[in-house]
Amino acid sequence: MTMFSSRNWREYPQRYRREASKFTKSGKVYFPKRLVDPETGDREQETVVLPDTGKIVTYTVVRIAPAQWGDEGPYALAIVELEDGTKVFGQMTDCNIDEVKIGLEVRLEFRRVQSEAAHGVLSYAHKFVPKWY
Amino acid sequence: MRDVYIVGIGMSKWGEVWQQSLRDLHTDAALKAIENAGVDHIDGMYTGCMTGGMFIGQEHLASLLTDYMGMSGIPAVRVEAACASGGMAIRAAFIEIASGMSDIVMASGVEKMTDCSGEEATQALAAAADQEYEVFHGATFPGLYALMANAHMAKYGTTRDMLSAVAVKNHHNGSMNPVAQYPFKVSMDQVANSVMVADPLHILDCSPITDGAAAAILCTKEVAKATGKPYIKILGSGAGTDTIQLSQRADLTTIKAATIAADSAFKMAGKTIKDMQFAEVHDCFSIAEIMVAESIGKFEPGKAGPAILNGETALDGAFPMNPSGGLKSKGHPVGATGVAQIAEVYKQLTGQAENGRQIPNSPKIGMTQNMGGSGGSSVVHIMEVA
Repeated sequence: MTMFSSRNWREYPQRYRREASKFTKSGKVYFPKRLVDPETGDREQETVVLPDTGKIVTYTVVRIAPAQWGDEGPYALAIVELEDGTKVFGQMTDCNIDEVKIGLEVRLEFRRVQSEAAHGVLSYAHKFVPKWY
Repeated sequence: MRDVYIVGIGMSKWGEVWQQSLRDLHTDAALKAIENAGVDHIDGMYTGCMTGGMFIGQEHLASLLTDYMGMSGIPAVRVEAACASGGMAIRAAFIEIASGMSDIVMASGVEKMTDCSGEEATQALAAAADQEYEVFHGATFPGLYALMANAHMAKYGTTRDMLSAVAVKNHHNGSMNPVAQYPFKVSMDQVANSVMVADPLHILDCSPITDGAAAAILCTKEVAKATGKPYIKILGSGAGTDTIQLSQRADLTTIKAATIAADSAFKMAGKTIKDMQFAEVHDCFSIAEIMVAESIGKFEPGKAGPAILNGETALDGAFPMNPSGGLKSKGHPVGATGVAQIAEVYKQLTGQAENGRQIPNSPKIGMTQNMGGSGGSSVVHIMEVA
């Protein structure tokens, strides 16, 4: 997907700083940020920063990758439950894909996710690495 | 609310149909449906199409398509809910007739997926996932269903054989369907040894990229009777939504939108899952059929896989699922799929399923379940012999 710079820039708080919404009434945390708490309809919230460790709740290894990631395939994708219970999705890196499994403890690191050649936009966000790495 | 009936259906050729454009495919299915129904006009049309814009750069479809059907002037609109677009088009037509606003409405669906590269098609399909928080990280559709498959296997002990059994059964049924894209049988070994796409899903766990269209004529009882053609009654229509981002769901092993849609359709119909005799469900991937069978309440969580493996959902089983061959064998032109499911139920309930695909003992009641994306939307219809 063509990534114009404004579209990329708008995501900086989430992608660069892991900012999430914590709603006042429910105390629930949502990532990415949203305007309304889906459970209570509450609009009052504060910005919190997500923890940077958690464990894999499910994963897959993409063997047939979109052209954008063609050179990096096969790569692992995972849904990780962070220490505060929030779940985030992302790519695994710096690991042997055969070692990726449910329950694996990971750390979120700030990495380059995409380089969009046509518009020269480099997009950064979290990737997961094994915690011991 | 008025009662709503289906009095005719039409299907184009399905597959890699290089000879036909999107408008030709749709015109073919639409005119067949009108002829099959024996009506002399339609009051309006709802067309399901996921993304003509991304596949062939064509939006504003409903006007284009009514024009090529020779029916320019009638009100028509395109309906979109990713891969559930077709089912939602049926629902829109249902509502228009139930409301009393129109007497005869066409619900159709179309997708032209092979006029672009495989890469572009993958990108177009990925638009049904969260672009900023899934696709951005390299998610593919097989990848998203693979995430659910691994979670389901870990929680319930669902096995490779259970996944393979879905593909084997659906290809068996599809081998008797004259419009199926892949009308051949596959073995358990062939599925398990086919190329790995996204662990644990192999290529034979996945539905294909397909060109195709389907159409159905919905109408009042008076209209249906007057045609002299076989017709069925829509007893219930239900739809539901959920987060499109998979990671935001509380439970990765169930499709909540399908549960909501089914519950709502059953309530309208005054029926339960126990009353259903067969179902056409959204098997975009083998794991999807297992999860949907549980989400609509047919099997307890974790029990659908073993039931499918034991043949309970075969054509001659206690509860046949996907007698058409499903998305797996019949093909999956995304916007058309939900309408084609309805077409199959129409054929089964009117005893017109071809080539030995007819469910034994003339079923009287059946259902469809159509799904968008990784389960962000779902639509269920319940139909009965009129």
